[in-house]
Amino acid sequence: MKLIFERSREGRRAARLPRNEDLPVPEVPSELRRSRPPRLPELPELEIVRHFTELTTRNFGIDTGFYPLGSCTMKYNPRVNERVVALPGFRDLHPHQGEDGAQGALELMYELQDMLAEITGLDAVSLQPAAGSQGELTGLMLMRAFFADRGEGDRRRKVVVADTAHGTNPASVTMAGYELVKVDTDKRGNIDLDDLRAKVDDETAGLMLTNPSTLGLFDEHIEEIARIFHEAGGLLYYDGANLNAVCGISRPGDMGFDIVHINLHKTFSQPHGGGGPGGGPIVVREPLEPFLPVPAVVREGSAFRLDYDRPKTIGKVRGFTGPFGVFVRSYAFIRSYGPALREMSEVAVLNANYLLARLREAYELPFERLCMHEFVLSARNLKREHGITALDVAKRLMDYGFHPPTIYFPLIVPEALMIEPTETEAKETLDDFCDAMLEIAREAGERPELLKEAPHRRPVRRLDEVKAAKRAIVRYRFDDHPELEGKPSEGEALEAQKGA
Amino acid sequence: MTYVHLTDADRAEMLETIGVSSVEELFRDIPEGVRFGRALDLGDPYSEQEIVERLEELAALNRPAGEEISFLGAGVYDHYVTAIVDAILQRGEFLTAYTPYQPELSQGVLQALFEYQTVICELTGMDVSNASGYDGTTVAADACFIAKHATGRTKVVLAESVNPQVRQVVRTYAPGFGLDVVDVPHRDGITDPDELRAAAEDAACVIFQQPNFFGCLEPAPDLAAASSDAGALPVAHVDPVSLGVLEAPGEYGCAIAIGEGQGAGNPLSFGGPHYGFIAAREEFTRRMPGRIVGETTDVDGQRGYVLTLQTREQHIRREKATSNITTNQTLLALGGLIQLCWLGPQGLRELGETCMALAEHAKERIGLPLVFPERTTFKEFAIRVGRPAAEVIRSARTKGIHPGYPLGRDYEGMDDVLLVAVTERRSLDDIEELAEVLTA
Repeated sequence: MKLIFERSREGRRAARLPRNEDLPVPEVPSELRRSRPPRLPELPELEIVRHFTELTTRNFGIDTGFYPLGSCTMKYNPRVNERVVALPGFRDLHPHQGEDGAQGALELMYELQDMLAEITGLDAVSLQPAAGSQGELTGLMLMRAFFADRGEGDRRRKVVVADTAHGTNPASVTMAGYELVKVDTDKRGNIDLDDLRAKVDDETAGLMLTNPSTLGLFDEHIEEIARIFHEAGGLLYYDGANLNAVCGISRPGDMGFDIVHINLHKTFSQPHGGGGPGGGPIVVREPLEPFLPVPAVVREGSAFRLDYDRPKTIGKVRGFTGPFGVFVRSYAFIRSYGPALREMSEVAVLNANYLLARLREAYELPFERLCMHEFVLSARNLKREHGITALDVAKRLMDYGFHPPTIYFPLIVPEALMIEPTETEAKETLDDFCDAMLEIAREAGERPELLKEAPHRRPVRRLDEVKAAKRAIVRYRFDDHPELEGKPSEGEALEAQKGA
Repeated sequence: MTYVHLTDADRAEMLETIGVSSVEELFRDIPEGVRFGRALDLGDPYSEQEIVERLEELAALNRPAGEEISFLGAGVYDHYVTAIVDAILQRGEFLTAYTPYQPELSQGVLQALFEYQTVICELTGMDVSNASGYDGTTVAADACFIAKHATGRTKVVLAESVNPQVRQVVRTYAPGFGLDVVDVPHRDGITDPDELRAAAEDAACVIFQQPNFFGCLEPAPDLAAASSDAGALPVAHVDPVSLGVLEAPGEYGCAIAIGEGQGAGNPLSFGGPHYGFIAAREEFTRRMPGRIVGETTDVDGQRGYVLTLQTREQHIRREKATSNITTNQTLLALGGLIQLCWLGPQGLRELGETCMALAEHAKERIGLPLVFPERTTFKEFAIRVGRPAAEVIRSARTKGIHPGYPLGRDYEGMDDVLLVAVTERRSLDDIEELAEVLTA
């Protein structure tokens, strides 16, 4: 299909602006004036609408079908949340409006803070971080400020991260200026305690951990892990990517964690919009509260106010008070469940275990345990016997109308398929997915070319990622745009992490 | 209200397949000591109707732009957003998709992001844009990270006339990056190139804003040259709405262009979510943070799009990644793309001219002393109101007008200064009312 620039014809336009013809336009000094207009497309409105509508037909969302992308918690995004976020009182509210003109927004944020504190079992909240990984970085900045304040900042330079962690954890450690220490996973999928004990000392600032882990397993030694860190004077950071497993069942604060981020776009149903926005609020134990970003949303009597007077604050990690529209949707979502968030998590776990029970006959299960809200299978049996990879299974699933699971992650499982059904799917959907997965495993033996050449019914077939990286064509160049080689490519899709 | 729909029969059948007798048993790996022993204290569940009623009640406690004549700006602007932005973004195929890891299912978002990257490059005169950053503050921190690694230097210079929130975010990130931050003061509302050159010795980059936080046009080409002279990468923080009228940073020698996209396609939304953009010259392509979409072919030789250059990214590169960003602001960036396509080159220029003309007209009608009378401004300007700005705001608001942002909040000696923003949404009558209220 054409790029929007290829549909453009000089002189066409959509927008008409109100003009005040009598007003002179002030002169811009010539050295500051635009010398060549930007080549934005020129199209009438209908053509723009058709272009983007055609693009939507080439995309797949939760509204389209089952989306078991592990660690991404692709649950139904209630439409009522879109209705309320569009209320003019929220949508058209300027962030510098002033507290007396924003009491409803502040009250909503204040209540959301309370809800998140209750759900995590911790004390104080900052809604500011824009996404999970920014929540991680903010949490690590809090660690730095906390230890600096105690005169231990120069000594405590190390942060421990599990080998099953999301890539964001080690990347955040680097960005926060910490030194990374990796800890192994044991045979049951828990953190290897012996390895951990050997790596934690008085130079350790803390631990970053996802629990349940990216293997979908709850760490059975979480109490001992917390003890090891707290006795060494370190802090525990909870990566909330998998919070959907444990709402109302086990709270990070009760597990011993001191800092938590929550992915509002996962557990609390902010639609992910093809890559974002998200929300990554952090919740901390009381001794860390003075270091939280400013402003804090506080209550005084019946009024709400933004408090900038926090002398020990780390500062600001993004503009204003955070992604407010995300808060509106997550607030609505949490209100809709109330204490039944527990049932939400229970069903998420039930659905995952049901899929696991049905699929384990055809795919390898690296850890012989019940799972939480997601689980990891390995396609290495198919690779060994038929040369079929996790990537092939993923591509073939598209022919059956499903979005594939996360693949090649976590890194410690070869040919990993990481499956997260969430709580909002009907049993029939789960069964259809299992039937497809089992059929694909049979096809791997009987008609492997079907898998190798999949997908067969999408607008494009397998795309050459190696070629994309080599060419590095990352914008349209109009008349100078390089030719696409006409000959078919190798279709080299990288056997690397897709998802999470 | 619940979005969980299993019948008792479903549940029983599923438990039997799993081989456990109860849902409770599924949680047997959770140690007794960390189980939560009561119900969450979150109030009763709401029905859909009750959700709407509660949120309408909260929304009614706010004073949105439509209920006042608002001249607030200071980084976030009340520009008109075309109806087609919402119409497209509300389609579930875009709204409810995850990051496009599987390109055969995601050509829609991938191609749209490729188009977005192209539009950002065209506006800024750059070669490469990522698929969006969090907002106009965090992209400044991203630029510092690129500059540090590209130059090996450990200092960054910020013009004092850059949005204070941007400067604060850079200062928050800087210690982790191992960077020192130096401010260069403004001189009568703009930055002096010689002073900037001196400060930029040994600096990785210099960040200035065009138009700056006071609304004034900086001598941007001179600032970029001064920065380059000192071996520091020039970084311009720009307003996309101005770029039909003002020169593209790439044309005057900037290495990196960043900015807040909100004014082009996003509602005010009390400060977010919006999109930040970051674009750079080709040589920095492999240092860029976050998602980038690239063009390729499928096995039939057909054109298609994929996430590319992923060896920069956290999920492949982990602690050696160029950034930790994963979730970005794709949907908001698509809003920006649609708005900018709707405006087109002519519309964007007219929009800039309209804002400039209205702002100039407002200066004259208000007639109060300008803080920086020598300067050319774009859509915002600073005036002295002769008494504490907070007081003026309070009294104007009783008459249904929000007259602007109090600059004394961020700058010394400016307690009587208002920063007034005039967008195309303000009419000549609105400006008359503002003038009346301020000069009464």
